[in-house]
Amino acid sequence: MDNKVRMKAEDVNFYYGTHHVLKGINLEMANNAVTAIIGPSGCGKSTFIRLLNRMHEIVPNARLTGRILLDGKDIVAPDVDPVDLRKKVGMVFQKPNPFPKSIYENIAYGLEINGIKNKMQIEERVVDSLKKAALWEEVKERLHDSALRLSGGQQQRLCIARCLAIEPEVILFDEPCASLDPISTKKIEELILELEKEYTIVIVTHNMQQAARVSDYTGFFLMGELIEFDRTDLIFKAPKDKRTEDYITGRFG
Amino acid sequence: MKIRPSKVAEVLGFSILRVCMICVALVLIVVFYDIITKGIGVISWDFLTKPPVDGMTKGGIFPAIAGTFFVTVITALLSIPLGVGCAIFLNEYAKDNGLTRFIRMSIRNLSGVPSIVYGLFGVSLFVEMCHFGTSILAAGCTLGLMTLPLTITASEEALKTVPRAYREGSLALGATKWQAIWTNVLPYAIPGMLTGTILGLSRAAGETAPILFTGAAFFLPDIPNSVFSQFMALPYHLYIMSTQHHNIALVRPIAYGTALVLVVLIFTMNLVAVIARYHLRKKGISHGQ
Amino acid sequence: MSKHFQEELQELNDEILKMDTLVEELIARVITALQDRDMPMALSVIDRDAEIDALELVIDEKCLDLIARHQPTAGDLRFIMTGMRLNGELERVADLAVDIAERVLEIADKPLLKPLVDIPKLAVVAQKMVKTAIDSFITRDIDLAKNVILMDEEADLFKDRIQNELIYDYMVKDGSVVPRAVPLILVARHLERVCDHATYIAEDVIYMVKAEVVRHHPERL
Repeated sequence: MDNKVRMKAEDVNFYYGTHHVLKGINLEMANNAVTAIIGPSGCGKSTFIRLLNRMHEIVPNARLTGRILLDGKDIVAPDVDPVDLRKKVGMVFQKPNPFPKSIYENIAYGLEINGIKNKMQIEERVVDSLKKAALWEEVKERLHDSALRLSGGQQQRLCIARCLAIEPEVILFDEPCASLDPISTKKIEELILELEKEYTIVIVTHNMQQAARVSDYTGFFLMGELIEFDRTDLIFKAPKDKRTEDYITGRFG
Repeated sequence: MKIRPSKVAEVLGFSILRVCMICVALVLIVVFYDIITKGIGVISWDFLTKPPVDGMTKGGIFPAIAGTFFVTVITALLSIPLGVGCAIFLNEYAKDNGLTRFIRMSIRNLSGVPSIVYGLFGVSLFVEMCHFGTSILAAGCTLGLMTLPLTITASEEALKTVPRAYREGSLALGATKWQAIWTNVLPYAIPGMLTGTILGLSRAAGETAPILFTGAAFFLPDIPNSVFSQFMALPYHLYIMSTQHHNIALVRPIAYGTALVLVVLIFTMNLVAVIARYHLRKKGISHGQ
Repeated sequence: MSKHFQEELQELNDEILKMDTLVEELIARVITALQDRDMPMALSVIDRDAEIDALELVIDEKCLDLIARHQPTAGDLRFIMTGMRLNGELERVADLAVDIAERVLEIADKPLLKPLVDIPKLAVVAQKMVKTAIDSFITRDIDLAKNVILMDEEADLFKDRIQNELIYDYMVKDGSVVPRAVPLILVARHLERVCDHATYIAEDVIYMVKAEVVRHHPERL
């Protein structure tokens, strides 16, 4: 890898009850790079990305073995508070999920629960993160309108802004464009390319063209296993594993 | 023109459903018509604000209105905090295991227990064991227990309608579970909880059996002055006027008047629930919280 | 770091322009070498070919990358496909320049069979066609491209004339001049091939700009 490794999964196994969802995953995620995870539905890709900020803990009967390192520190160790972890590892979900508050309050919310009370500081961060999320120009006149009146694409960018406001180091995208139209999708992709310059980004997508467009590294998951992981251009020009080739060329059963 | 069999089935099907609907509506209309036409005659300012006189053959029903009001307040004070708290615990914190499944099942079954059984239970627990005596408090607590399953179920349903995405969104921003529930789940569940709770209370307000042994009085000239007083209540008053009075035929109009007041009261509560929900929903969406 | 698609297209364009410059310069050098029978100059041409070969691989890879990662369509797709073809044509032009340089080395130390008349003229046409073809790509100018295609006929005539003259006026009459005549025939042939590649470039440019195939369809010009 050209860039410094930021996050690393070491021999990660994951179970829901008796169902073995992820099998011995080893994966490195580089700083200032986009790492994409592709694979058919049910391959475990969404499960994997949710491990990275321990969102899996909100479902019952989950069990994890192995280590997930952030800057060399095991984040799934029992002494790590997931609440602290999630401040460093932000997440943007499949469906835009703005809270039914105003645009301003949506972003201020994360700041307030993180103990920032200074109004000036909150305002500054709101504006700043809206600009970073390329949404400022579209909403600056109506910051106190309900976020639910925004279009789907704008809502998703608001969710990204909300995530940026608490200044994470890693941003996880769980199929961020799954419910968006092509134009909104393009805007999100452009935004991801901009954000890459400052953050470590991991994106799960069932749209492999999207992975090809935005990512530097791609991992292909199949039935809970990491089949192949390489530079994105190599995965799409000359995959080494037959199963990867079958998947990306659409010959998958 | 040829008529297709599927078309016939459709017309027939919908006709039957329409008849069902009309039957239901008709029953409702007949009941209301009966109560209103027979009850409206006795309704007056005095009827609403004066106690009964002359062996309850004349005068008003004010003590019964007040009693029903007070006992409903006690019911609310007991069942809302307990019910909502229980619902939050069950829906947000409790793991899905044998114990919680058992608790849920018990709650469902409790709502099916006949109200007279609650009355009996109230006597032994509140009247005797807790030494509340036959009082507003004992009756209110009994009704509170009776509405609890309804409050819990309604609150849990309300919590379930808050999208999981709100919880996840909060957690992903570094909120603790409690912060997520308090700031981003409860505010959106309150309209639903409110509706369910008010419906539960309106049902409690109309109950006779649970208060029969626990505090309702045959006749009191004054409104109660403490939670340990006995009280008159509208449904019980109606029951007495219709079955226990020495001259049932004479007081029939008063019974109908009482019924009308009770029905109007309960309808008003339901209406408040609907309006409150509508209002909170609208507010929730346009201004947050 | 992955980049925005438009940035990557711009980069591809820049790489192709670099290739253009290198090839144009190489042609200019080899023609000077030919006219002056300048051996060091010819050697320098042979040396510089490696740079062009390396660049060809870079551009090819870049085009493949863009196709694999961005699924280009319409104008973007035509641009990338043209880039790929152009890349190949230019590399072959460079190879021909090397071939000509090698012929120059063969004839430089021997007396000339005859004063060169038509070969320098053909060389000028070839150079002009390559330059114009490249200009048409840079400026997306179809008229320039059409001019290139029309010039090809002139080049063919020159080549035939040179070949016929050398064969019938010299080689047939005196077998001993063959070793000195053949390199000249080859030079003419190489120059004519350079003109052909310039024509292909021009045809590709027309396709890129207008999405119209003029290859094998001269009537569409």
